Order: sequence, then structure tokens, then C-alpha cells
Amino acid sequence: MALYSDKVMDHFQNPRNVGKLDDADGIGEVGNAKCGDIMRMYIKVRDGVIVDCKFNTFGCGSAIASSSMATEMIKGKPVDEALELSNKAVVEALDGLPAYKLHCSVLAEEAVKAAVKDYYDKNGIAYDPALFSKLEDCEHCHG
Amino acid sequence: MFVYADNAATTCVSRAALDAMLPYLLEDYGNPSSLYAFGQKAQEGLQKARETVARCLNAEPREIYFTSGGSEADNQAIVSAARVGARHGKKHLISTKFEHHAVLHTLDKLRKEGFEVTLLDVHEDGVVRLEDVEAALREDTCLVTVMFANNEIGTVQPIAEIGALCRERGVPFHTDAVQAAGHMPIDVKAMNIDMLSLSGHKFHAPKGVGVLYAKRSLPLFPLIEGGAQERGKRAGTENVAGIVALAAALEESCAHMEENTAKIIPMRDRLFAELSKIPHSKINGSLEHHVPGTVNMCFEGIEGESLLLLLDREGICASSGSACTSGSLDPSHVLLSIGLPHEVAHGSLRLSIGEYNSMDQIEHILEVVPRVVAYLREISPVWDALEKGEQPHLI
Repeated sequence: MALYSDKVMDHFQNPRNVGKLDDADGIGEVGNAKCGDIMRMYIKVRDGVIVDCKFNTFGCGSAIASSSMATEMIKGKPVDEALELSNKAVVEALDGLPAYKLHCSVLAEEAVKAAVKDYYDKNGIAYDPALFSKLEDCEHCHG
Repeated sequence: MFVYADNAATTCVSRAALDAMLPYLLEDYGNPSSLYAFGQKAQEGLQKARETVARCLNAEPREIYFTSGGSEADNQAIVSAARVGARHGKKHLISTKFEHHAVLHTLDKLRKEGFEVTLLDVHEDGVVRLEDVEAALREDTCLVTVMFANNEIGTVQPIAEIGALCRERGVPFHTDAVQAAGHMPIDVKAMNIDMLSLSGHKFHAPKGVGVLYAKRSLPLFPLIEGGAQERGKRAGTENVAGIVALAAALEESCAHMEENTAKIIPMRDRLFAELSKIPHSKINGSLEHHVPGTVNMCFEGIEGESLLLLLDREGICASSGSACTSGSLDPSHVLLSIGLPHEVAHGSLRLSIGEYNSMDQIEHILEVVPRVVAYLREISPVWDALEKGEQPHLI
């Protein structure tokens, strides 16, 4: 059996929304180069809706595929809906990831959250800090 | 174009090895321990193989023990030496930080059993210093084990010098020669090697067969208990066909070593020369002390697994020391041992070529790798930060 599903390979080899947004309303970066993966997510918001979304990723095949899938899943969605994107949903949309690669999908979820937090911060939109509590710590980089 | 450039991982079986082994699978399949003539034919094949391997290493046939591979040979050499040492109150072993896990994990096991282990630095060039070995030697040292050539970066260690030092100090010396056997001249007598491990599938024999050479005067304990095969040092019905193939492959590799090396080196050098032109790349390990076919480089700002997957798509089989390819969160211990920062080690690529490769294939690699590195850098936030000067380039 191949390491990755066809879906993962498709999103890795033909990533959607790869690139940068020069006029992004929110930019989120998560991960650590020491651990081998960093994701940067750019979002453009109009009337509370993510009208455009791009990503840059340094990482393995599943990290790139997870970022790509996450951008597809939040593009066109209201910001508060994007916040509900879970790593599990990303994994399911990719037809699964190997167990030791699940953290890549967690990073994708966190990258989206980080971009939304940046958007909220830049625009003075109030939010419950608990929504972003996970972003403070990368468990892989410690210990 | 399909390019197999992972010969340090494994190799194809040569025609000579296959031809040598087939009769022992189809016709002379008897058990070498059986008394009847049919079994004795297998016994003869085994004996001839032992003589051939001994000749290739300048050892005696009775010093050759066939195993299931390099890992088993490493395990047996180290555990046996520790056991002999413990009998004399010697419970200290010396090795290096960048050994194969077959060595490092065996040493870890011994450490938990109360042995002390000193792991020597291999410096930025990936070469152990003789004076470091000398400084680490103690009255209670029962084994020095240093690999002949490193499997990831290809650096060759001063084996003869370490052997001479150990001989002088009366300490047994083992070398894991898995990456060297069949590719570089090995003379256990001239190099003062007491024990040596090798693995057939690294030089065109099938997988699952290896050799432990152990000097006659050295006590050797079995790892696997059972029948009296291999003079009681390795139980289990012998893998006769595999052993015969190993001997044929080793003999062929040793006979053609010079011409193979002469073919491989220009290909390797072209890879180094051209891939070094990629900005912010780095060659890992000294080129002065190097096995012929191994090329290990880092490309800053990218991650190894995605590089390998994209190379695979273009028909190129290679490997990397990134965390993702090692299945752990840390990149290769070998790359860390030569002082590479984690960030840089994640972007490593190992191409290991052999005499079955061609210059056309090298040109294909040279067409693909720079393009794939450039693409991965284009989508990498790490590269973006480096290029904008937000982070300093490390290489």
C-alpha cells in the first residue's frame, strides 16, 4: 500500500491556492522549522467571508496536502465557520493520513485559526481568547 | 526515465549472484547438516562460499560466520564482546555518535544492563579522530566499535589506525563494514580488525544474508541458540542459497572494484559539482575520506520528504534524513552528529549510485533536482523568510 492516499498525493502534487496574498487581511504562521514543518496561511476577508486564501508550507507531503485541503475548505466560508474547521475534517477530506502524520492536519487547523486571529486583532474585532488557546504551544517543539 | 539512486539502502541482485544461488534452491536443496551425499553437496557449497568470503577479506575460512544480515552481525559482535568483557570486570565500550542503529541500539541495551558507553564525536567532516579514540580508552574498555564508512554521508573512518591502536592496547576492535564491503578494499589482517560485519544486499546479493568475521583467537558467544551450525556460534539451518549468492556477489564486486570505482566516481563528482551550484546548498561529510557512490547534500528552506516524493514522481529513487522520513520528530542522528542545525538537516538528500547507474541517469537527476528544489522553495515560508532577510541563512 502506498504511504499516502490518492487524495493526499493529488493535493501534494497539485496544491490548490499555493502562494501569497500581498493584500491579506490576516496572516497566520504555525509550526517550527526545527520540527520540520511551518505553515503560513493568508486570508482575504470581505463582509465577514473569506473571499480568498493562500498558503506557503515548508514540510512533508502531508503538510503540503493538509494546507492545500484546508484552504479549499475555508475559501468562501464565513470567518466564524472557518474557525470550526477541525484537523479531523481535514484528515477525512484527504481520505486519511498515516497516524504519525496526523500532526500535519493539526498544523493546518492551527494555521487557519492563526490567520483568523490575526484578522481579528488587526481589525479590532473582539473574540474569546479560549478559541485560540491551542496556538500558544507546539507540543512537538518542546521537551 | 527510472533512476535507482538508493544503492546505500539496497541493491539489485547481480546475474552472478542469482546464477550461483539457483542450483541450491532447485537442485542441491539438501540440508548441509545431513549425512548423506545430497546434503553434503550443500555443505560443499557452504564451505566454498566461506572460503571465498575469507579470501575477499584476507581472513581464514573458520573466521567467517554467516548471519541473517548486517544488523545481526553487529548485535552479536557487540553483545559477545560485552559478555567476554564482563567476565573480566571490563564493562566499558567505545563507539561513535553516528553509527547505524543496529550498533547504537545494542549499546543502549547494554547501557541499561550496567555497561558504560562512550560515543565519540565525528566532527564537522564526519570523521572520527584517532586521538579521541585514544583518549577514550580505559583499563576496563572491552570493545571499540567504529563503522568503516557511514551509511548516510559516506565518510570513511581511519579503520587501520584505530585497529593498530586497539591491538597495541589489547582491546578488541569491531567495525560495521556494511557500506564498505564490496566497494572498498578490506584486509582484516593489515587493518587489525578483530570483528567485522557486512551485509550481502549492499553489494548485489539478496537481502537476508550477512557475515560476521571474528578473529580466531577471540571468544565469540552465539546470539541465537539451537543447533551446532556455524561451529556453534549461530544456530539455525543455513541460508545456503543466500550464502552462496553473497560469496559470488562479493567475489565479483572485489574483482571489479577498480573498474566500478572508476565508473562511479565521475558520476558522483558530477552530481557534487552541479548540485553545489544550487544556492544555499551544502555537501555533508568530508570528500577526502569517502566511499565512491554516496552523495549527501542539504538544501536550505525545504523539507526532505516532499523532495523525495517529487523526485519519485520523476522516476528518481533517493533518500533523506529529514524527520518525516525517519518517522520521528528529529532529523537523522548522523546529520545532527556533524553539527547541522535541525532546520538544515530536514532538507537533506542522499543519492547513492553504483556501477549499474549511467551518466544519462545522472543528467536526469541534474535536470530534476534543481527544478524541484526551486519549486519547493517557492512555496516555502522558511525560504521566504530567509530571502527577505528575516532569518539568517545557515548554509
